[in-house]
Amino acid sequence: MKNKKENSTLLQIKDLKIEGFSDERWHKIIKGVNLELKRGEVLGLIGESGAGKSTLGLAAMGYTQPGCRITGGQINFDGVDLTKRTDSEKRKYWGNRMTYVAQSAAASFNPAHRLINQTTESTIRAGLKKQNEAFDEARALYDALNLPNPETIGERYPHQVSGGQLQRIMTAMAMSPNPDLIVFDEPTTALDVTTQVEVLAAMRDIVKTYGTAAIYITHDLSVVAQMADRIKVLRYGEEVEEAMTRKMLKSPKEDYTKSLWSVRSIQKPEKKSKDIILEVKNVDAFYGSFHVLKNINIKLPLGRTVALVGESGSGKSTVARVITGLLEPKIGSVKFKNRELPPSLKGRTKDQLQKIQMIYQMADVAMNPKQTVYDIISRPASFFAGLTGANLRKRVIELLEQIDLDESFIDRYPSELSGGQKQRICIARALAANPEVVICDEVTSALDQIVQEGILKLLGRLQKDLNLSYIFITHDIATVKAISDEVVVMNEGQVVEQGLKSEIFSPPHPEYTELLLSSVPEMDPDWLTDLLKARNY
Amino acid sequence: MHPVVKTVLERLGLGLATLFFVSIIIFSAIEMLPGDFGQAILGQAALPETVAAFRQELGLDKPAYIRYFDWALGAIQGDLGTSFSGRNASGADRSAEVVDKIAPRLWNTLFLASMAALIAVPLSLILGILTALYRNSFFDRSVNTATLTTISFPEFFVAYILILFFASLNQIFPSLANVDPDTNFGERIYRTALPAFTLTLVIVAHMMRMTRAAIINLLASPYIQMAKLSGASQTEIILKHALPNAWAPIATVIAFNLAYLVVGVVVVEVVFVYPGVGQLMVDAVRTRDIPVVQGCALIFAVTYILLNLIADIIGIVTNPRLLHPK
Amino acid sequence: MNKDTKTYSAAGEVGSILETRSTFTRLKIELTKAPLTAKFGIFIIIVFVGLAIFAPLIAPYGEAEVFPEPYAPWSSNHLFGTDQIGRDIFSRLIFGARNTVGVAFATTILAFLIGGALGLAAAINRSYLDLFLSRTVDVLMAIPQLIFALVLLSIFGSTIINLIIIIAVLDSTRVFRLTRAVSLNVVVMDYVEVAKLRGENISWVMRKEILPNILPPLIAEFGLRFCFVFLSIAALSFLGVGIQPPTADWGSMVRENASLIQFAQYDLKAAMTPLLPAAAIALLTVAVNFVVDWFLHKTSGIKDEK
Repeated sequence: MKNKKENSTLLQIKDLKIEGFSDERWHKIIKGVNLELKRGEVLGLIGESGAGKSTLGLAAMGYTQPGCRITGGQINFDGVDLTKRTDSEKRKYWGNRMTYVAQSAAASFNPAHRLINQTTESTIRAGLKKQNEAFDEARALYDALNLPNPETIGERYPHQVSGGQLQRIMTAMAMSPNPDLIVFDEPTTALDVTTQVEVLAAMRDIVKTYGTAAIYITHDLSVVAQMADRIKVLRYGEEVEEAMTRKMLKSPKEDYTKSLWSVRSIQKPEKKSKDIILEVKNVDAFYGSFHVLKNINIKLPLGRTVALVGESGSGKSTVARVITGLLEPKIGSVKFKNRELPPSLKGRTKDQLQKIQMIYQMADVAMNPKQTVYDIISRPASFFAGLTGANLRKRVIELLEQIDLDESFIDRYPSELSGGQKQRICIARALAANPEVVICDEVTSALDQIVQEGILKLLGRLQKDLNLSYIFITHDIATVKAISDEVVVMNEGQVVEQGLKSEIFSPPHPEYTELLLSSVPEMDPDWLTDLLKARNY
Repeated sequence: MHPVVKTVLERLGLGLATLFFVSIIIFSAIEMLPGDFGQAILGQAALPETVAAFRQELGLDKPAYIRYFDWALGAIQGDLGTSFSGRNASGADRSAEVVDKIAPRLWNTLFLASMAALIAVPLSLILGILTALYRNSFFDRSVNTATLTTISFPEFFVAYILILFFASLNQIFPSLANVDPDTNFGERIYRTALPAFTLTLVIVAHMMRMTRAAIINLLASPYIQMAKLSGASQTEIILKHALPNAWAPIATVIAFNLAYLVVGVVVVEVVFVYPGVGQLMVDAVRTRDIPVVQGCALIFAVTYILLNLIADIIGIVTNPRLLHPK
Repeated sequence: MNKDTKTYSAAGEVGSILETRSTFTRLKIELTKAPLTAKFGIFIIIVFVGLAIFAPLIAPYGEAEVFPEPYAPWSSNHLFGTDQIGRDIFSRLIFGARNTVGVAFATTILAFLIGGALGLAAAINRSYLDLFLSRTVDVLMAIPQLIFALVLLSIFGSTIINLIIIIAVLDSTRVFRLTRAVSLNVVVMDYVEVAKLRGENISWVMRKEILPNILPPLIAEFGLRFCFVFLSIAALSFLGVGIQPPTADWGSMVRENASLIQFAQYDLKAAMTPLLPAAAIALLTVAVNFVVDWFLHKTSGIKDEK
């Protein structure tokens, strides 16, 4: 281990300004941010999309992405101002004294080389260790990161190991030269929650053992709470506030910081209902020869919300495809108001199609970019209700008002709307058909927290006003708590359990539900430690 | 079976199937001729018996699929039938075997094409990589405009400009590339210099642009940024990180352009009156000498299919996902 | 890009909201910002189209008018001299704009109608039709286009109609592939699924949801295909199997006057004569390529790394 002077400043960024080039002009991404990091300290950088947190994280290494430029300020790393250094001078730091862990490990490993060669590449290049010495240490790191078969896993190629394992190997790669600073750029965002726990634990422990300073970038406050000593909140390229982790969580100064967990503040009281409007009965479905759904039974009560929860690959979105008729089930059926729906889309009547509407995760690709808001919303209204002319326009304006927008939006194209507005237009399009059941497929997961809160509240109000029944597909437990009456937990194409929200969230749980619920990070800096203790790691 | 072997075999099978269908298309050329073509070839004075004998020689009395297999089997053994030219109304037959017409010219064409390829391939790869590395620089922009201009030029325009400057105004090279089997190697190179140079200019532009695009595409991968952030130098990034993943796209670019060369050679041979397969084919098309057209077309098509097959196979054997299966 | 807001409201929600401009002003802005090469290209294309339309008004003599003196030198009577049988080169160059460009344009249109319709159908249908069309196109594309054209011309003969149909069919294979590929990218979009879930028919999905979104790449491809077709037809005419005399055509004019180039040392002007039609072909192709290059750069949205 290197001899590090504790508590001395390692990195100091002063009044940093960065601009990016897009749409034929330069605009500001980072607008004068200060940052200080001591040796062995972990700083969390948190913010939502467009906050500039990744740009700042890379800038801490003296690196700017193509199409970006530093227009002012200093980046002092161990007494050297990196803004004044050439690339070839900075290369002596990169992969040696400072390393980087990227969000998508799958894309960030070179497909042509073995993992152990990539893990040790920069260490050997910098002349820090001989090859066999570096290899031995890499295997030790694999072991410390709880990777399976640490002796041999390095002989594999990137496509031969799973995403969670790749992310840990990338951490090993960052640790290999024993750097002074590691930048973690959303390292667990692409992972499922149950996988995330192991990766988080492995990363936290190894950083602590080696006493490495780190910058941890994420949009998830509960994740950063487990990792960081200190947290800095960014918004639109400016600092909102900075505080020690516990203090930040207990008493944030700024309203914006509180809004970062605003979805968690919505708590919908659950209501029972006896009338069943939609029922999925004994459904088995296949993609080719792959058995995606196994004996699925789900009941949707009238005017209520059923949340379908599960990780990627659990089959929750496939249930939506079966209900809408996009995928014909091999066995079983879908009943609407106690009458069986034809299995395929083509067999359904206009009336049946009208009653079930869908809202998608990515509002961007759910709207035709060449159509105006009027085109998008008016089509279902004229198609199903046969409205024309002034009546149609009146209906469109009425729908816009229902979703808290107004007439001024009518001639805009989707590219002229913000993320939340786009999702609202998609909701209006679904409402335009006068549906009774609305399927929401991860409708909030691509949005910032404060926007999510707005959308969830809107959906709740619409449910009350129009007596809508929702099937709400999501992987996010906070969203489930905020919107559902009943919950269906899915895993590997099967329903683990279905019941009222209060029943599902109170123990005892089936094994998978327990794993899923306990893996969701909480706003408590001790959560990970306690969880690991409980799981006997 | 190892996935690489399996994929290569699949690709070979597909290549064979393509070749089969292509040969059927080329064979059907003779089927689509109007009914009175015998008369047209032998002349208006031809007696009905002569025409009938000619039709029988072509086997037109047999069903088409039998004739296809006769023709295909013959082609595999190097027999492409007999030329239509040299026949006349009296029934006298001084026609030549198609193979005898093509064989000496095939060597000439291959010589010209290889000469062009030998200069063009390394030159355009180097230019392509350089422009990709220094993209948006003045160098890149000028090369981009220059190549965009060159690919817009018809081959014969390039050829005549070269003739004007290097053969007519300054008599450095001959404007007619007449070679025969007795021409020695050095003389051959000298005489084919202008046609080879024309072809080179035309394909370098294409190949360089495609190489540049392929490399830029590759350099945008996240693992290249990762390599930069781990302190790799520009050379190391190109050689160690980009190149091992670039074989497939580069092979495709080269094969595509060599195939383009096959087509370009036709026009260039005509301009320089070079005794190659391309010129033979154009003459045969003008005189509607179908067996010769078929023979030439088959040769061009086989070359084209082979080149693409080789590129695909290079792509397969350098793909780490196939080389190291899960 | 963003402005700060303390209170939250959906209508006022911050986002990258672009200013709405009319198509005309947008076009004007784009044109003034266009690089020099693109402006040059647009200018040349306008000139050539003008020549093609008003050929009989501009040309001093008729297309096939024969004068007594063959191979006359450049003079005030005959700006670029006369050809091997005494026709005025300058007039034939102007009529050539109409014939050569016209034939190439008609061919490209036909190729797009065939390839575009089939490509769209294959992308939507995605079953046996797609399989059949894609395999057929694979086989057709396994024969070099010029060679295939030569085979077909040798069978059917070199008339203008045959030429247009043969080249259009052969070139439609490439249009098919592109249309199919870009349509497939659009077909998987959620908004197409929304339309299907609504119960819209195929024709509506094609016209309203897919076509508007695949238009920009198809327009760029139209320019590129036009260049390719134009060069192919010029090459065939040059080889003597394309547009046939006495129709004035740039490709065959190069061939007819090619022998003059030998006399460069004695009469440079005369030697330039065969290069004039060749240069005309090159100039138009360069112009179209410049415009397409600019258009692609504009619409691709991909910003090259610096």
